[in-house]
Amino acid sequence: MSVDLVSRVKANPKFHELERKRNAFSWHLAALMLLIYGAFIYTVAFAKPFLATKVGEVVTLGFPIGLGVILSAIIITGWYVLRANGEYDQLTREIVEEAR
Amino acid sequence: MMLPRFGGATSLAALSMLAALPALAAGPDLGQAQQQVTNYTAIGMFVAFVVATLFITYWAAKRTRSASDFYTAGGGITGFQNGLAIAGDYMSAASFLGISALVYASGYDGLIYSIGFLVGWPIIVTLMAERLRNLGKFTFADVVSYRLEQTPLRSLAASGTLVVVAFYLIAQMVGAGQLIKLLFGLEYWVAVVLVGVLMVLYVTFGGMLATTWVQIIKATLLLGGATLIAVLVLVRFGFDPTALFAKAIEVHPSHDAIMLPGKIVANPVEAISLGLALMFGTAGLPHILMRFFTVADAKEARKSVFWATTFIGYFYILTFIIGFGAITLVSTNPAYLTGPVGSGLRGGANMAAVWLAQAVGGDLLLGFISAVAFATILAVVSGLTLAGASAVSHDLYASVFRRGRVNERDELRVSKVTTLVLGVVAIVLGIAFEKQNIAFMVGLAFAIAASANFPVLFMSMYWRGLTTVGAVFGGWLGLVTAVTLTVLSPSIWVVVLGHPAGSAPFPFNAPALFSMPAAFIGCWLFSVLDRSARGRSEQAKFDAQYVRSQTGIGAEGAASH
Repeated sequence: MSVDLVSRVKANPKFHELERKRNAFSWHLAALMLLIYGAFIYTVAFAKPFLATKVGEVVTLGFPIGLGVILSAIIITGWYVLRANGEYDQLTREIVEEAR
Repeated sequence: MMLPRFGGATSLAALSMLAALPALAAGPDLGQAQQQVTNYTAIGMFVAFVVATLFITYWAAKRTRSASDFYTAGGGITGFQNGLAIAGDYMSAASFLGISALVYASGYDGLIYSIGFLVGWPIIVTLMAERLRNLGKFTFADVVSYRLEQTPLRSLAASGTLVVVAFYLIAQMVGAGQLIKLLFGLEYWVAVVLVGVLMVLYVTFGGMLATTWVQIIKATLLLGGATLIAVLVLVRFGFDPTALFAKAIEVHPSHDAIMLPGKIVANPVEAISLGLALMFGTAGLPHILMRFFTVADAKEARKSVFWATTFIGYFYILTFIIGFGAITLVSTNPAYLTGPVGSGLRGGANMAAVWLAQAVGGDLLLGFISAVAFATILAVVSGLTLAGASAVSHDLYASVFRRGRVNERDELRVSKVTTLVLGVVAIVLGIAFEKQNIAFMVGLAFAIAASANFPVLFMSMYWRGLTTVGAVFGGWLGLVTAVTLTVLSPSIWVVVLGHPAGSAPFPFNAPALFSMPAAFIGCWLFSVLDRSARGRSEQAKFDAQYVRSQTGIGAEGAASH
């Protein structure tokens, strides 16, 4: 990639919009996942009685919470992909187009 | 791996299980399996699988001409297909048999582990997938050496790759031998040679295209088989999970305790360290990283992670149902046990899902599940071998040894010869390690991937300041620390080397909590201290790399056929 092309892309305000928006979004989602997982492991290690709370006759609160962590991983991934493949890719296409 | 039997979960057993845990994601360690009577249904179904995959290899061989075809299937795999293949790499025979066995033995704890394996994927998609795809070509070494010195970094990355592949491969080969002895009634060495020969055929002739399709077919069969077992279990309880849980609590010796976390995560340091290795090890496994280059662009790379996460999450929910199904239907039936109700499983603790298949679907489903387990190992070792061969031919031979002055034909010939050599080495080591305790090997592979490959890869994409000196010091520091701490940990010091219990110099079985920071700090410190002109110019090249990683301008596109 030529130096000229790099500086042209970097000078494009859309590039700054892309990196600001996407970087913030991806770091927030990564942090959210770590937070959810960390909270889950913390509860498992130090707050077992809470997980033992019965919801219904036999099922403990641990089950919906565990299932929720699995679903949250899928939802976070899906959320990022949806936004990156739509909004951010559109912006990327414009940047590439304008850099020609 | 050692899984506690009913009621017998001593703290030592729990500890060794923790050490063996990454093996669940990768390869079965079934211990010394007893040879069973020859299972003709299973063999028949497996032969059908082999014939189908050899046909695919033949088809793929006609389409595999260039280096790009061989390493990355020409970049023409779709996001959905790649997602299935990644899920296939992750859903090994061991995560199927091992996690369902863990649920069978201690209920809720199995769910905790499944979650640990899954949560790395959102991190990979948000922070890694796009930049990897935009910067890489064939191997992750392409990314780390993008703006840094080729020779030292490709040597480092190839070493990291080969060490990870070697430990992983030995564990898989030994697991394959034991599993096949158990399920098919074949001799151990026959099983190992069979796996070795088939994987060499797939990889040398069909390259990434055949390897990917073998993985896709196997993932589909495994998801289908596991779904069928889970549905057949739920049918017995009128599709009411509460009834299943109630019955399981009634018949399990630990009763109510199976609905709660047990002793396994009693040590928080160990748990966090293991969690780090699982989460970031995945982002440093060469055979997984390579899959990001088989798709056309960043968009497809992201889609692959979404599908992989969805399939893997669904699969773990299935193994959970299967484990509880086995508590109710297998543990109560003396036909599947070594003695009266309350004794261990015939063939070892990892057989819960296999016997459950027979309990709900008879010999036909048993044969099918056995064949799928074999297919699973075959698919995983093929991916590993391809990653190892690529590191030798693309990184060591073409870039380090020939300094980039090489034609594709020579490079491809080297990768095919390497595949053959890796196949022979895998067979020899598989036979040599038959009676060894190999539980630590996959754990070590994950720890090295998280401590050597991942930090250098991550820093090279995210930190402008990284220089060759920093990356080389940091990477080797992570690698050496991970290996040293593993040798000094109870799982090798006590279990393998036979020193007295409690004498291990390093008290934890998972080194990542210490070796990962060592690598990151090494990368940072030696980059900061590096005041050379070369270091400056490498930092200056970050802008161009950053723009390409963000926009994909100049990225390797899909090859046209």
